Amino acid sequence: MSATDYAPKPDTGGPAQPLLIVKDLQKHFPVRGGLFGRTQAKVQAVDGVSFEVKKGETLGIVGESGCGKSTTAKLLIGLTEKDRGEIIFDGLSLGQRLPLKDLRKGVQMVFQDSYATLNPRLTILDSVAFGTKVQGLKDPNGLARKMMDRVGLNPNRFAHRYPHELSGGQRQRVNIARALAMSPRLVVLDEAVSALDKSVEAQVLNLLNDLRAEFGLTYIFISHDLNVVRYISDRILVMYLGEVVEVAPVDSIWKSQAHPYTRSLFSAMPSMDPDNRTQEPPLAGDPPNPINPPSGCRFHTRCRFASDVCKSDAPRLDGLAQNAAHMVVCHLYDAASGHPRAGQGIPA
Amino acid sequence: MTNLLDIQNLTIRFKGKRTVHAINDVSLSMKQGETLALLGESGSGKSVTLKALLGLLPPKRTDIAGSIHVNGTDVLSLSGKALQRYRGGEVSMVFQEPALALDPVYTVGHQIAETVMRHKGLSKEDALSTALDMLDRVRIPSANRRLNNYPHELSGGMRQRVMIALALACRPKLLLADEPTTALDATVQIQILLLLRELQKEFGMGVIFVTHDIGVAVEISERVAVMYAGQIVEEGTTREIIRDGRHPYTRGLLAANLHDVARGERLNAIAGSPPALEAKPDACSFAPRCPRALSACREALPPMITPSERRRVGCLRADETLAAE
Amino acid sequence: MALSETLPAEPEPIAIPQGYWSGVGARLVRDPLTVICASVILALILGAIFAPWLGLADPYKGSMIARLKPLGTEGHILGTDEQGRDMLARLIYGGRLTLFIGLMPVVLAFFIGSTLGILAGYVGGITNTIIMRTVDVFFAFPSVLLAIAISGALGAGIVNSLVSLTIVFIPPLTRVAEAVTSGVRSLDYIDAARATGASALTVIRVHVIGNVLSPIFVYATSLTSVCMILAAGLSFLGIGVRPPEPEWGLMLNTLRSAIYVNPWLSALPGVMIFVTSLCLNLLSDGLRSAMNVRD
Repeated sequence: MSATDYAPKPDTGGPAQPLLIVKDLQKHFPVRGGLFGRTQAKVQAVDGVSFEVKKGETLGIVGESGCGKSTTAKLLIGLTEKDRGEIIFDGLSLGQRLPLKDLRKGVQMVFQDSYATLNPRLTILDSVAFGTKVQGLKDPNGLARKMMDRVGLNPNRFAHRYPHELSGGQRQRVNIARALAMSPRLVVLDEAVSALDKSVEAQVLNLLNDLRAEFGLTYIFISHDLNVVRYISDRILVMYLGEVVEVAPVDSIWKSQAHPYTRSLFSAMPSMDPDNRTQEPPLAGDPPNPINPPSGCRFHTRCRFASDVCKSDAPRLDGLAQNAAHMVVCHLYDAASGHPRAGQGIPA
Repeated sequence: MTNLLDIQNLTIRFKGKRTVHAINDVSLSMKQGETLALLGESGSGKSVTLKALLGLLPPKRTDIAGSIHVNGTDVLSLSGKALQRYRGGEVSMVFQEPALALDPVYTVGHQIAETVMRHKGLSKEDALSTALDMLDRVRIPSANRRLNNYPHELSGGMRQRVMIALALACRPKLLLADEPTTALDATVQIQILLLLRELQKEFGMGVIFVTHDIGVAVEISERVAVMYAGQIVEEGTTREIIRDGRHPYTRGLLAANLHDVARGERLNAIAGSPPALEAKPDACSFAPRCPRALSACREALPPMITPSERRRVGCLRADETLAAE
Repeated sequence: MALSETLPAEPEPIAIPQGYWSGVGARLVRDPLTVICASVILALILGAIFAPWLGLADPYKGSMIARLKPLGTEGHILGTDEQGRDMLARLIYGGRLTLFIGLMPVVLAFFIGSTLGILAGYVGGITNTIIMRTVDVFFAFPSVLLAIAISGALGAGIVNSLVSLTIVFIPPLTRVAEAVTSGVRSLDYIDAARATGASALTVIRVHVIGNVLSPIFVYATSLTSVCMILAAGLSFLGIGVRPPEPEWGLMLNTLRSAIYVNPWLSALPGVMIFVTSLCLNLLSDGLRSAMNVRD
C-alpha cells in the first residue's frame, strides 16, 4: 500500500485544532402510538453531548445500553439527523461550510455486527469498492484489493467470496478495509470488536493499532468493555442516559474515577482474582428508561451520594481542581453546588 | 458419595450436508454442589455439551456416543415422560436471552407456577405461593406485584432473575447456565453473578456455567474446564487455571483478556481461527495456531497430563511450561 | 508488515468466482422435483407458442356428428368437445390464452408492486403512509370478488381481464415488497452504504433491489397459480374470455353440462389448470430454497 493510495483530505486547521468538535448534540426519538400515530413520548437518546477529539488521538466512549453511545456515533456520520447541536470537523461546521457528502469522505464507521454490515449478495471486493466507486475515484477495484491486502486478507483468495463464507474476524477486516478505502481521517468504531472471540479480538486490535500509526488515523472507539477501551484509547468519555458524565485521560480515570457512576461501572468489572472476588454489586437494579429520564442529575436515582440538589439541578461539566484535563459532571466537585459534600468529591 | 455428574467419552457428531464433529471424547465429572465454568469460544462445543446434558439434541441428526450420568441417571437412555421429568426437575437451564426463553403471553407468576404444578403436582394456590417465594429469593423487589407482570414489562436484569427463579423453582440438583449474563449490562451482570453465587450456596445445587469470558468464570466458579474444538484441553480449580494455566490456548485466552496489558503494546494474539471440525481430530486441534507446537503435536493426539488430583492438561508440553518458569 | 501471521494456513482457494445466479441455477438443477415442474411448465409454454406447427387439428372446427367422443377415439386422442372440436388441439391452443392471462397480470403487478413497495419501504414516512393505506383499501375486498367486480364493470374481454387481474395482484405484491424492503432498510449494510455518501438511488440499486427482489419474485411465482385459477374463473363466469376462443376456464364451463355423458372428458381442462398451478407452486418453493445463499 503506497502513500499515494491513501489520500485523505488535507489538514486545514493545523495540529492544535481538534479534528472533531461536538457541541450540545441532541437527538430525541419520538415514540409513536395511538390511533393517528401521534408522538406519545420521546426517547432522549442523546441530550446535550459535547466533546472534542484531537488529531491523532483515540477517544474511547463507554457506557451501558441505552446511554446513547451508538446514537452519538450515527449522528457523527450523519446517518441519523440531529435535532440540535453542532458538529465541527477540522474547523468546518457540518451543514454550513461542510456538506454531509464531504463529512462522509473524512469520517467513516465500522459497526459491531460484521455480518449485518455486509450486503450478503455482494462479493467482498464489490463491498469494499462500493464507496470509492460512489465517490468517483479511479480504479476502485485496484484500491479495494490493496486495502484488503493491507488488512490481512489476501485479495486473490477473498475478493470473490461472499460474506457468509468468511469467519467473524475476517468479515470485520473487510469492514475495516471498506472504511479505509475511503481515506478517512476519523474512524468511528462502534463496538467493532465486541462480537468477536477473544483470541480474534486481539488480532483485530493489533491491526487497528498498526493502521492508526500507518495512516495517521484518529479513532472514536465505542465499547462496553473497559479493558479494551483502556488498551486502545488516549482519553475515555463515559456516558449515562444520553449525557456525558466524565471525560478524562485514560491513566487518570483508571487510577481514580471521579463520577459515582464511573466508579460503579469500573467496580462492576470482574475482578480476575479468584482470591479476591467481588462481594457486593456496586449498583442495584437496571439503568432507568431513557424515555423519561430522572430530573436533575440523571444518575441521582441510583447514586449513593445523592442529595436534594441532585434531584433538582443538573450539574455541569467541569475540570477537577487537581487536574483540569479530568472533567466530570457532578455536584460533589462543585464547591458552589449546595450539595452537603460540595467540593469534596467522592471518598476514596 | 456418587458424583453429581459423570460424562464418559462423550462424542457428538452432527450429520447433514456437512458432518460436524462437535464434541470429541469429552469426559468430565462434578461433585455435588460444585460450580464449574465451561470456558470456550464460539464453536468450542460448550453449548452443545449443555444441550446433550438436557437431552435437547435432535436424535435424527446427531450421533452420540459415550455416556452421561446425572445423579446416577443415565441421561442418554431417557425418553418420553422420564425425560420430561428429568428436564426441569433434576436439571434445568438458564438461557442467554431471557426475552426469548420466557413466554410473552403468560405472566411470570403463571409461568413459574405452571412448572411447579407440572413437576411437583402442587395445587394452583400452592404453586403460586412457591412462585412468589422464588421471586423473593431472586431478590426481585415487590415480588407480589411482579407476579402479575408480563415478561416485556420487566427490564433485562429483572427478566434474567425471573428466568433463574423459573429454573430453580423445582429445586434441581444441577443448574445449567448458558451465558446468562452476556446480553446484560456490566453493572447488571455483576448483580446476576453474585445472585447466582448466593443461590448456589442456599440451594446447594451443582452449577455448570458456560461462558466465553474468563473474568465471569472467575467470579462465579470454583472449577474451570477450558474447551477448544470440542475437547476439554485443560481442567482445574479456577485458581489453578488463572494463576497457572498450562495449555497454550488457556494462556492465549488469559492474555487476550487485556487485564494487565500495557496500553498500546502489541498484543500476543493467538493467530488464525478455530478449526472447522469437519473431521475427527487425530492430532492436537490447537497445533496449527500454537506458538509452541512440535512436529509430534501434529502427528498424534496429545496426552492428558494430570499434574495433581482433578487437574488435567491436554498438551504434550504441559510439564515443560511449568519447568520454564 | 507481517500480517500474514494472523491468518491461518487454511486450505487454498475453494472460491471459484461464481455469480449469484449461476449458483441459484446449480442448486435448482440438483432438485429433481423442481426440474420436473419446470419441464412441465416449459412444455406447456412451448406447446402454446408452437401450436400451429404441431400438426394439430383446427381447434375451432367442429363437427355435429363427432360430438363428445370419449378419450382414445381414432383421430381424436383426447376425444372431442360438445361441438365436436378436437380436445387435444383445444387444450394446447387453450394454453396460449390461459397462460397469457395467468402470467401477464402477475408480471405487470410484479413490476408495479415492487416499485411501489420498495419506494414505500425505503423512503418511509408520509410516502409510506399514502402508498400503504391506499393498498389497504384494496385489501378490504377478497381477491375473487375484486376481480369479478372490476371485470364486471369493465366488461368481458381479454384486455379487461388482464387489467382487472393486474389490479388485484398489485396490493399483495406491494405489501410484500414494502415489508421486505423496510426489513432490509434497517440493516447495518444500508447504513454502511449511506455512510459512503451514496445517493438513495444508488443504495436502492446496489444494496436494496438485489436483496428484496428474490423474496418478492418467489411470492409472485406463487401468485401465478392463483391468477390462472382466477382468470379461468372469470372465463367460467362469462366475464373473461368469450367463446369460441379456447381457454381452459371457459372450456371447463362449457363442458360442465357433459359431465354425466362423459365425465373424463369434461374434467380435462380442470386437470390442466390443476397440474399447471401445482407445478407453478412447487416451482416457487424450489426457487425459494435455491435462492437462499447461505446453504
